[in-house]
Amino acid sequence: MSILEQLEEIKTQALCELDAIDDNKKLDLWRVQYMGKKSRLNEVLRGLAALSIEEKKTVGATANQLKLELEAVLKEKELSLGDMFISAKGEDAIDISLPGRKPPLGHLHPISQVIDEMCRIFVSMGFQAVEGPEVEWDYYNFDMLNIPKEHPARDNMQTLWVDYENEKGERPMLLRTHTSPMQVRVMEKIKPPLRIVVPGKVYRYEAIDATHIPMFTQIEGLAVDKGITLADLKGTLYEFARRYFGSDRKARFRCDFFPFVEPGVEMSIECIVCKGAGCRLCSNSGWLEILGAGMVHPRVLEGVGIDSTVYSGFAFGMGIERIPMLRYGIDDIRLFYGGDLRFLRQF
Amino acid sequence: MKVPVKWLKDYIDIDLSPKELAHVLTMSGTESEIKYLGESWDGVIIGQITAIDPHPNADRLRLATVNTGSGMQTVVCGAPNLTIGDKIAFASVGAHLIDGHTGEKSILKPAKIRGVESCGMVCSEMELGMSKDHEGILVLASDAPLGKPLAEFLSDIVLDIDVTPNRPDLLSVIGVAWEVAAITGKKVKVPDLSYSESGDAIEKQVSIVIEDADLCPRYSASLITGVKIGESPEWLKQRLMACGVRPINNIVDVTNYVMFEYGQPLHSFDYDKIKTNKIVVRRAKNGEMMQTLDDIERKLDGNTLMITDGEKSVAIAGVMGGANSDITDNTISILLESANFNAAGIHYTSHNLKLVSEASMRFERGIRPDLTVHALKRATRLILQLAGGCAAKGIVDVYPQKQERKSLNLRSSEIKRILGVGFSNEQVAGTLTSLGFEVDIYPNDEYMVTAPYWRSDINIEVDLIEELARIIGYENIPTTLLSGSIAHQEPNYLMDLKSMVRHTLVGFGFDEIITYSLTNREMLAKAYASNTLHKEPVKLDNAMSAEQEYLRTNLRSGLLSVLQSNLRHEEGPIRIFELNRIYIKRENDLPEEPEIVCGLMYNPEQEKSWPLHTQPFDFFSVKGVVESLLSSLNVDADFRQSDDESLLPGFQAEVLVKGNKIGVIGEVHPKVANAFDISEKVYMFELNINSLLTYSLQQTGYQAITRFPSVIRDIALVLDSGVTHKQVTDIINRFSLVNEITLFDVYSGKQVEAGKKSLAYRLIFQSAEHTLTDKEVDKVLQQILKKLEGALGATLRA
Ligand SMILES: [Zn+2]
Repeated sequence: MSILEQLEEIKTQALCELDAIDDNKKLDLWRVQYMGKKSRLNEVLRGLAALSIEEKKTVGATANQLKLELEAVLKEKELSLGDMFISAKGEDAIDISLPGRKPPLGHLHPISQVIDEMCRIFVSMGFQAVEGPEVEWDYYNFDMLNIPKEHPARDNMQTLWVDYENEKGERPMLLRTHTSPMQVRVMEKIKPPLRIVVPGKVYRYEAIDATHIPMFTQIEGLAVDKGITLADLKGTLYEFARRYFGSDRKARFRCDFFPFVEPGVEMSIECIVCKGAGCRLCSNSGWLEILGAGMVHPRVLEGVGIDSTVYSGFAFGMGIERIPMLRYGIDDIRLFYGGDLRFLRQF
Repeated sequence: MKVPVKWLKDYIDIDLSPKELAHVLTMSGTESEIKYLGESWDGVIIGQITAIDPHPNADRLRLATVNTGSGMQTVVCGAPNLTIGDKIAFASVGAHLIDGHTGEKSILKPAKIRGVESCGMVCSEMELGMSKDHEGILVLASDAPLGKPLAEFLSDIVLDIDVTPNRPDLLSVIGVAWEVAAITGKKVKVPDLSYSESGDAIEKQVSIVIEDADLCPRYSASLITGVKIGESPEWLKQRLMACGVRPINNIVDVTNYVMFEYGQPLHSFDYDKIKTNKIVVRRAKNGEMMQTLDDIERKLDGNTLMITDGEKSVAIAGVMGGANSDITDNTISILLESANFNAAGIHYTSHNLKLVSEASMRFERGIRPDLTVHALKRATRLILQLAGGCAAKGIVDVYPQKQERKSLNLRSSEIKRILGVGFSNEQVAGTLTSLGFEVDIYPNDEYMVTAPYWRSDINIEVDLIEELARIIGYENIPTTLLSGSIAHQEPNYLMDLKSMVRHTLVGFGFDEIITYSLTNREMLAKAYASNTLHKEPVKLDNAMSAEQEYLRTNLRSGLLSVLQSNLRHEEGPIRIFELNRIYIKRENDLPEEPEIVCGLMYNPEQEKSWPLHTQPFDFFSVKGVVESLLSSLNVDADFRQSDDESLLPGFQAEVLVKGNKIGVIGEVHPKVANAFDISEKVYMFELNINSLLTYSLQQTGYQAITRFPSVIRDIALVLDSGVTHKQVTDIINRFSLVNEITLFDVYSGKQVEAGKKSLAYRLIFQSAEHTLTDKEVDKVLQQILKKLEGALGATLRA
């Protein structure tokens, strides 16, 4: 059979078979058979090399003509099959509404998520995350933070004390009531400039109810350098609030008292629920208190040997549980530590 | 501190609405809320008792007939102080009251009390929410308008102020007036302190000795003779009630009134009961006993300061008076004490005796000694006005530890350094003066500032800077971002590792749990098959409850009980973990706080879902988790038989890195599972994160990808059942052309001899230098099989 005859045969066969095709799978096979790399057409074309130049011309032209012809009918067929490409029929069809084979999905605890997110924001502002001991000396938890013994400020932080007595008969070991002792521990070791954030657990002598638990989580911040001002404190915390709560959330600062800062600051954000109009959550004030802060008290700086006439700094501290409680409307703080998967798997 | 707004207006003009007033005070650091006393007094009117009859069925109850202005009502009443003719607060059915027994809000319902219908109630102060007093009914002034709502007669708007521990001056109405003055620019009008003196000089009648001046820096006193004890006028009683204090008599009421007005506690003694005409202030003798006003016999120690007459004690200084010198209806001479006591001393005593009073609350915050004379004169004047009598000439004022009012240097440069903004001379001087400070302006923008005599919280320059910031307003401080040098940074590998472990486990399908660190010994012991604790946990001194008295020494108990409670509503699979600290006791030091990650896996059945791709968990499920976790951290781990007490013997292993134990894995011992009411198998892993940190390294290099093709050979070996997988792979791994070994079948059963098992491996051979030929590979494989046969008795399975 001459090459031209062969091409003719391929053509007849191809067109005939194509006619019978009624789904995309068969069409695919057809495409491979007649137009693929290993198709008879290609095989014939590979035989071209053995022909004379004259023959090459005619055969080549015919072959190319055939190729174009097949492409055209293929396209036509594709169009005519139309929808059949998208939804297969009969036994080949799959029920795409069946659930997929999911890899098991775990959940990070909401408190871990908040800590991660907050640390990320402060780290991006040049703060470094560090941690400290939960069982502390009263020296770090109180004395060095300008909260002397027999001072009413100590009563505000109901303390859980450890059953331990030193040689002097004192009982100085406690569960830290705030993350602030790390301010002192860090400044004892690292000289300014420094910027740190400290997430961690803290403990208070509290009867358990929907809003009180004896163990909760705080995040502490501290920045000390030459020339740090109350304006920097405002700017840094504004920026934090903007990134964490969204840029349209207003923040407000007012004076408050914490023994280890002066001036003392309290930051509120516009109420998440009523956006400032006043509701039950914000006791009609339109604002939610979220953190305490202030300029580091000179006595705290001097206590760790930092010259308070040269250096200044700010510190802030925030309760973590309150944030998801406000955000998601969780009204019982005990849910975080009850381990109920029906709760934890929602985050 | 409750400040009635009407009272506040005695000292300052206020144009702001109560709400605005509360807002501006809050913003400047004095957190205030508005309370309307009487806002909930719907249905309470002024009535008069017209008749009292015995209750037919109860001795302690009586029937009171009340004229309500529009009719007569008979109510059952148990109060002891019912008197015909008294004006009282009458609540009709439906009124909102506070339940006298529970303290909860309630609505008055008609009731039958011991068989007698009672349509309404004669109210006590507590039922009206005015005080905690539920002893007797509230008796109103005789001129109270009959039938009118009580709220119209008694109501006041009260600022409820949350006073911070540094501001005892705000525990006084005048102190709050100074705050308002600074914010609104109005002037404070101070009360008149003058009175006329008559009779002998006080020095001739009273002497005062302070033996322990460290605890009593100042003691001032006046003497008033010929007073007539009686009820206070209505305005005074109302103000005290608005502050939450029950009126007693005109003398005690004045001392309380002046305490609220000036913030200086006062005490009145019946002068005739001070037989020695002498006051000696001294420490108590250890074990000294004294009966206080509340008729309780109290045991005192050497840190307690006493007021004595030189022979017997007449009061516990600053905390509570004694029954032996109390003012009674027969008292005619008053010795009025206005003293300053050491803050720490009062704090100690009031906490030691569990006696917290309005007085101790002020002393322990550290009030200025300058206050004593002002308050003393004010109280003396009021007593003369209200109880008559005459004041002795002069006052006694013993002041052994004179505290000068410090003058502080304030620099504009320092204001700018701390606040980031500067203020004009007018702003600085104006603000401080409006708060009662004395300010001298020096050249070079410096100021010499003296704090007012009532402020005890101003000690250093930055205290003045805060005054400026809070009164000028934090909203007027600019907002800037931190500039300056980048702070010292050191990578925190431990926190990074913890975060990686958490996220990896979550990726493996584990849910993170956080449990309380506080627990009890029984709970901790439950995690061990022997139900005993081998390490003594850290104990608390003042635990809230026996359930939370110890710090945990393992995470296992908490997780098992979380699993237990979840099994009430979950079927599985459950994968949970906690990554947190445990607390290991150390001698004379803070406990060690290692970070532990512990996980539990529970899936007794195949998952009931269509892809059916999960198997019940087994030992190798938990081993696989640990292997993948460690491999993601570039840690090579070995496993060795272990004897952990929480796990089932034979189904557990230690996790070793470079020969050091970093954790365990295995099946939870059925005894332990049972202790948590879990009847199915549970698998556990536990790793010490701190130990892991030592070995988890950054990846250091990589293996080049060879361009030569690999050759695959599958072999099935028959071995004694005691031979381990590790023994086999250790031998095969010695052949360098073997690039990978994968176990793909473990079989023991009918098809192999008894006591034997079959392990099937796929070996992948590959060379970095050349394309391997079949011949070459077969040769190595023969060598491998020979080695396996020699060392382990392995034969190829037919
Ligand atoms: Zn709101």
